[in-house]
Amino acid sequence: MSDERDQSLAVTPLGYPGRLLAPGETYESVSETIASIPLAKHPPRAWYWGFGLGFAFFMLLLFAITWLFIKGVGIWGINIPVAWGFAIVNFVWWIGIGHAGTFISAILLLLFQQWRTAINRFSEAMTLFAVACAGLFPLLHLGRPWVFWWILPYPDTMGVWPQFRSPLVWDVFAVSTYFTVSLLFWYLGLVPDLATVRDKAQPLWQKKLYGIFALGWRGSAAHWQRQQSAYLLLAGLATPLVLSVHSVVSFDFSVAIVPGWHSTIFPPYFVAGAIYSGFAMVLNIVIPVRKLYKLERLITLRHLNNMANVMLVTGEIVAYGYLIEAFMSWYSGDVFEEFMMKNRAFGPYGWVFWLLMIMNVVVPQVLWLRRVRTNLVLLFLVSFSINIGMWLERFVIVITSLHRDFTPSAWGMYSPTFWDWATLAGTIGMFFMLQFLFMRFLPMISISETRELVAEPEKAEA
Amino acid sequence: MNTASVIHGLAAEFATHRDLLTAARAARDQGYRQMDAYTPFPVEGLPLALGRKRTLVPLIVLIGGMIGGTGGYFMEWYANVISYPLNIGGRPLHSWPLFIPITFELTILCAALSAFFGSIIMNRLPQPYHPIFHAAHFERASIDRFFLCIEAGDAQFDSVTTRRFLEGLHPLTISEVPL
Repeated sequence: MSDERDQSLAVTPLGYPGRLLAPGETYESVSETIASIPLAKHPPRAWYWGFGLGFAFFMLLLFAITWLFIKGVGIWGINIPVAWGFAIVNFVWWIGIGHAGTFISAILLLLFQQWRTAINRFSEAMTLFAVACAGLFPLLHLGRPWVFWWILPYPDTMGVWPQFRSPLVWDVFAVSTYFTVSLLFWYLGLVPDLATVRDKAQPLWQKKLYGIFALGWRGSAAHWQRQQSAYLLLAGLATPLVLSVHSVVSFDFSVAIVPGWHSTIFPPYFVAGAIYSGFAMVLNIVIPVRKLYKLERLITLRHLNNMANVMLVTGEIVAYGYLIEAFMSWYSGDVFEEFMMKNRAFGPYGWVFWLLMIMNVVVPQVLWLRRVRTNLVLLFLVSFSINIGMWLERFVIVITSLHRDFTPSAWGMYSPTFWDWATLAGTIGMFFMLQFLFMRFLPMISISETRELVAEPEKAEA
Repeated sequence: MNTASVIHGLAAEFATHRDLLTAARAARDQGYRQMDAYTPFPVEGLPLALGRKRTLVPLIVLIGGMIGGTGGYFMEWYANVISYPLNIGGRPLHSWPLFIPITFELTILCAALSAFFGSIIMNRLPQPYHPIFHAAHFERASIDRFFLCIEAGDAQFDSVTTRRFLEGLHPLTISEVPL
């Protein structure tokens, strides 16, 4: 640990952890380090625990969904006035977590941030799984999930069309586009690495299996040229896309007139919050995984430090969002807005608000210290705090705004039931189960991009 | 040549991408046109050295994006103005600002699909079999070796002189690639 710190802190003029790649790495060594993980006969023992736990909670999810299909959404705590309970809180939380993956893989690619190489594949997979979890919630929340396709536009015999002026319909397009583009981007980058795994595999069945998904990739210069062009363009397309997705999600709220939702700060503040929680989730996964798979030479302290910096910046934007929300509710002079803010901080759910402030605003300020940003345990704990804080933020936005709006006679309280918690825990289980499967069977770091760092060592120093 | 019909070409193996770049430039200067290089990562300047032009992928993406955008907007307009008009609070049926988010999303979606499928199809993938896989040590082309293959279809190809030319570039190995 102290060795590792010395080594990656060594070469920096500004005092930042320096190297993107430990010294002495070759094409062969990076290929071997990364490709040997999916080809290993047995994963590390901890993998079974992680996968098993995820799988158990995934079973709980299937159980909860089955019960939901039998009984309907009445098994959840939702009712009037709070008709958007955990389902929407969890939806927004998950989709936000996905955003870091696209941010790392697309935006940092366009900005020539070489450090993204070690973590982009990993966080793209995280995006896919998080969006899959997110997508479940609106579908389950429909009440009649078996006719979900009524929200898709197609010339049907009923003669009706979706209402394209509704942000809820925009959401369908935004989220499904987001999932599709993330999947294409991820797979396009994966093809050359699958070819490496194919060529390193010994048993014939393994060679064939990876060979099928590698599409017969042979590394031809002509192929690389088109693949790189398409990859760069996908990054360029994913960049405005990722900003639009959480903006559209925020329109679900801000287009409504409910006090606490009807606010112009929502799109940028939601996007910043999404990247904030996404990076926290990447760190929460990467810190144990690099230890488990001994990837410290590829995912160095420099990477962790940079991710912590991004969290610090987006965290301040989010804190600014909270401040402006409070300020505007006073400055607007609107009695309902003023009441909303008072109720949010000192009403029956006030404790959630203050917990949110502590976990999302106060705790992350320790990231100003480089000692914390390069301390694995502390960084893990801060990221964990942010993940919970961001979930609480969505709880505050959804529930406290709805439970007391304009007419006191229509006020009410909301409390989640066992099934709400089971569905949330179940999607977390599903997320980790998929993540563990990904780590077991696919190269979790981009091998071809890491080779570029080997070929141009000066890039790795920058 | 007689050999031209029975072999795919001659492949030379190099240890670094710089050696390969030099070799590709030399082969092009020598007048060879029909050749390809195989590398474990994209090498900057290699397509140019092989005499390849710019790729058509961006154009396909542009066309795909335009189809997605105009198609999406047309769909919204047709659905909400012509086919199924609904009066929402007296707002105009053709309330274009509210049609923009979906227009945008469909532009991105169709452009991304064109980027992915455009590049895959132009690369003629999936293609499980290709003669180059027979080249000696080719399994390392996806790990740490760089290959230049001068194909037998080239007008200047001759199994003896081409081999001699490749030997002059000091590759690690030279192998004949059967069809």
